[in-house]
Formats: sequence, C-alpha cells, structure tokens
Amino acid sequence: MSSAATLEKAPVRPATKRAGPAASRRDRWSRRAPLLPALIFAIIVTQVPFLVTLYLSTLSWNALRPGSREFTGLSNYATVLSDGRLRAALLNTVVLTASAVIVSVLLGLGLAILLDRKFPGRGIVRTLLITPFLVMPMAAALLWKHAIYNPAYGLINGVLGGDTDWVSSYPMVAVVATLVWQWTPFMMLIILAGLQSQSLETLEAARVDGATGWQTFLHVTLPYLRPYLELSALLGSIYLVQTFDAVFTITQGGPGTATTNLPYEIYLTTFRKFEYGEAAAAGVVVVIGTIVVATFALRVISGLFKMEVSR
Amino acid sequence: MRRLPWTILAWACGLAFFFPVLWMVLTGFKREADAASNPPTWVFMPTLDGYRQVFDRDLTPYLLNSLMASLFSTLLVLVLATPAAYALSLRPVGKWRDALFFFISTKMLPAVAALLPIYLVVKELGMLDNVWTMVILYSAMNLPLAIWMMRSFLLEVPASVLEAAEMDGAGLLVSIRRVLLPIVSPGLAATALICFIFSWNEFFFAVNLTATRAGTAPIFLVGFISSEGLFLARLCAAATLVSLPVVLAGWLAQKQLVRGLSMGAVK
Repeated sequence: MSSAATLEKAPVRPATKRAGPAASRRDRWSRRAPLLPALIFAIIVTQVPFLVTLYLSTLSWNALRPGSREFTGLSNYATVLSDGRLRAALLNTVVLTASAVIVSVLLGLGLAILLDRKFPGRGIVRTLLITPFLVMPMAAALLWKHAIYNPAYGLINGVLGGDTDWVSSYPMVAVVATLVWQWTPFMMLIILAGLQSQSLETLEAARVDGATGWQTFLHVTLPYLRPYLELSALLGSIYLVQTFDAVFTITQGGPGTATTNLPYEIYLTTFRKFEYGEAAAAGVVVVIGTIVVATFALRVISGLFKMEVSR
Repeated sequence: MRRLPWTILAWACGLAFFFPVLWMVLTGFKREADAASNPPTWVFMPTLDGYRQVFDRDLTPYLLNSLMASLFSTLLVLVLATPAAYALSLRPVGKWRDALFFFISTKMLPAVAALLPIYLVVKELGMLDNVWTMVILYSAMNLPLAIWMMRSFLLEVPASVLEAAEMDGAGLLVSIRRVLLPIVSPGLAATALICFIFSWNEFFFAVNLTATRAGTAPIFLVGFISSEGLFLARLCAAATLVSLPVVLAGWLAQKQLVRGLSMGAVK
C-alpha cells in the first residue's frame, strides 16, 4: 500500500532547482512534455466524439432518408425521455447492473474469505476460480446460451431433466447469472488482496480481547474491507453498466424488451433504425447519468487514497 | 481437522466455477452427435474434428487481426502512457491530480455515447473494417488504465535511487534508461498484459466497425449466435481456441492481474 502514501508525498518535492523565471518556465515545459502526447490523444479520441454526439443530438437525422438532416433543437431529447422503450432500457440497465454487481461482490467476498486461509492446493483453487474472468466474454456468452441454457441439449436440462427454455423463461436471470459467473472472480481477487493486507496484530488484539471469530469478522475485518468492497463494486459497475456482449448474444434484448439495456437499445437505434439524432440524444442522456454515478465513484477512489495516507 | 470442511468447500467452489470452462474444452473434442446429446455425454472418444473445422472455416485471419489490433494498440498505449505516468508521479506537473482524474473519467464515459460520431468519422475517412482503426480505439480504451498502473509502479521507485543517479551526474534520459526502466519493467509487462487482454476480448467496437477484412476473433464467434443448425462441438472448439491465449497469460500473471485491474489501487 505504499503507492498511495507516496501519492500524497510526491508533489512536496521541490518544483524547481534552478533559479530564474526563464529556467523555471523551461523546467515546467520539460515536465509537461511527457504528458502532452497522452493528453492530446485522449482528448481527440474520447472528448471530441462526445462533443460531436452533442451536436448530432440536435439534428433530426434518419440515415435511411436522404436529406433528412436538419436542426431540431431539443426535440430528440423530448422523444427520448418520453419513449417507453428507453425507460424500459433504463430500468433494465439498473436491474442488470445492480443485481450482477451485488451478487458477484457477495459471492466474491465469500470466496475471498475461503481462500484467505492456507489449505492444500490453495494456488490451484485460486487459478480455477479466476478462469471464468479470463474467458473471452463473447465465448462465455455463447457457451452459456448454447451449452448450458439450451432447452434441447443444454447442460441444465440434461442434468435436471425437463424441457425448460431457460433463456426465454428467465431472460434477465440467464444474463445476470452469466455475468455473475464472469465477474465474481474479479471481485474475489480485489477483496482477497484486501484481506491479505490486513495486519495480523489487529486480529490478534481482537482475539486477546475475547472476541469470537464471527465478532472479529463483523467488527474488525468487515470495516477494514469496506474500501475494497467499494472499489470492487465501483469497478464492476463501470464495466457492467456497459454490458453488451451478453445481451447481444444470449437474448438479443428479448423477449420483447425484457433484457434490452441502454447500450443495446442505442445500438439498435443507431444500426437497425438508423435514427442517428435520437441515438445521439440517448447517448447524451446516458452520459449525464454516468457523470452523476462517476462523481460519486471518483469520491470513493479519492477516499481510498486518503484512507491509505492516514494509515 | 475442523478445518477440513472449509477446505472441501473451497475446492468445491473452485471446481464449480471452473466447470463450465472444462465443459467447453471437453465439448470441443466431441463429435457433433455426442455434443448435442441429451442426457449429456460424459464418456466419449475424443476427436479433433471440431478444431479442424474451425480452421477450415478460416479462423486464422480473424486470429491474426486480433493479434495485430491487440499487439499494436498495446505498444501505442505503452509509448503514450509511460511518459505520461512519469509526468504524473516522479516529476509531477502542476495539477497532476486533475490530469490523473481526467484520464480515469474518460474510462467511465460509456462507449455507446461515442460510437455514432466515431462510426461516422471512420466511415468518412474510409477506415471502416480496418485493423488500424481498432488499434487507435483500443489504445484510447486502455490508456487511462495504463497510466494509472504505470504511475503506481513508478511511485515504487525509491527516491534515493533516482537522487543517487543524479548525484553521479546522470542526465534525465540516462537515469530513465539505466535506473528507472530496469526497476519498472515488471510493471511495464503487467500493464502490457492487461491492455492486451482487454483488446483481445473487446467486442462492442469490433462488431460495429469491422466486417470480413478486419474482423477480430469475437467477430468470428458471432456466426454461432443463432441456434438453428448449430454445431456445438465446433462452437466450443472455437471458443476454447480464442480464449486460450488470455487464459494462459492470466494464469501465469495472477498477482499482476489484480493490481492492474484495480488500476494500481490494490496490490
């Protein structure tokens, strides 16, 4: 955990060693120079497209109708916000992200606790556990759709019997289960790193004070783990809110709009309906929502740094 | 001995999470009739037909596209991120904290909000279905992660080592090459691995911006989505093959993986 401690100390180093304004200006630029290529690249590839999205969102533009490109102000936003499909997509995004994150963090916590002790073959078990996270998401989605959920020859019906069509009967559960399977290992790795950085002295002190194992876990370990739990939930949310592969592959957003999340809905609006203006407006709405969540997220990350510094 | 149940539970969980992967690998070695049987076939004569058919169906160009896009974008990211991380750690610029958070905030913006303008620009430039387009997009996607990671590795270089080099009269470039790079090279390797994994697995931009010429490995798999006339053994063989490089690399670099994925905040 030394990185965060030095994070706070770093800027204390003297800004300039040479005297004189000209030298210090040159020194400032020599400091900036290594940063500039990355900064310029990031601005061009990520910020400029977003500004263009803002502009496109004010156009009435269906790519299938030539010459339909004209300024309409905010009417796309009115369409987007009053659109039942988009509201459904928003709700699905929240349900999908929240349930996948919560379940995988809880499972990850349980597995991390199991793996925190020494036992024969611990390295092998950890390797087995992280494998789902390493499998290509597209491959994982296909594997679950066909080899596991398929009503005729899938593994679940093959073992349990019956002919339930899991994907159409429980579409959201089917998608979330696949995502949980892929993301639990990730949560486990972060929480395990937290558990293993906990000082043995604190645990020893709790035991000397007569705390039971469960009490120690509840009042010592869990509060200590909190930033790690937050970090795993946060990073999981950043990735899972953008879920596309699993929806695209397993359910195609269906049946109906049962599993259409925002990324998939915007994809449909862009590449199936060719409503560029509307798709752009929906994109902007998603960004605004993300900024709200991200502001909170960045505060959590800063908090994590601060906590480490004070330790 | 009261620990035994917990050990058994841990092993059971490990095997349960691994089982679908094992099933995928096994199914890849079955004949189609065995693969699609109900109840499932547990004992079978392994065959390489699935794998052979995958290569007959021209997986190779897709693998090469994936390799090129992932490799070159990883290189570009390292070239951009390493100096930037240096400027944000050892000799920090003013407002280094703002710059650091700017980079990570670009990671939080949903890709879907940038897709349309990117698609239009790429189309206008005649760069649809082009590997280099993917190189640039994957670089932008991985840059923030790489900067945060490289920064956390650079911060581990003891200040005394750098000062000693300066005292010995080493210039900036010399001390970077002779002192800094050898110390951070494991970190550089870990960063490269993470960038490679994310590029290799990326699907969203690939499906919208590539087709037959620059299609990457996940795009090859798209052909298996519909369930009519599905060849399960062939699908599993293909899924195993395209996942293999990342699974092997991840197994070898478990420790670095955690740190990389949590952007250096957790070690």
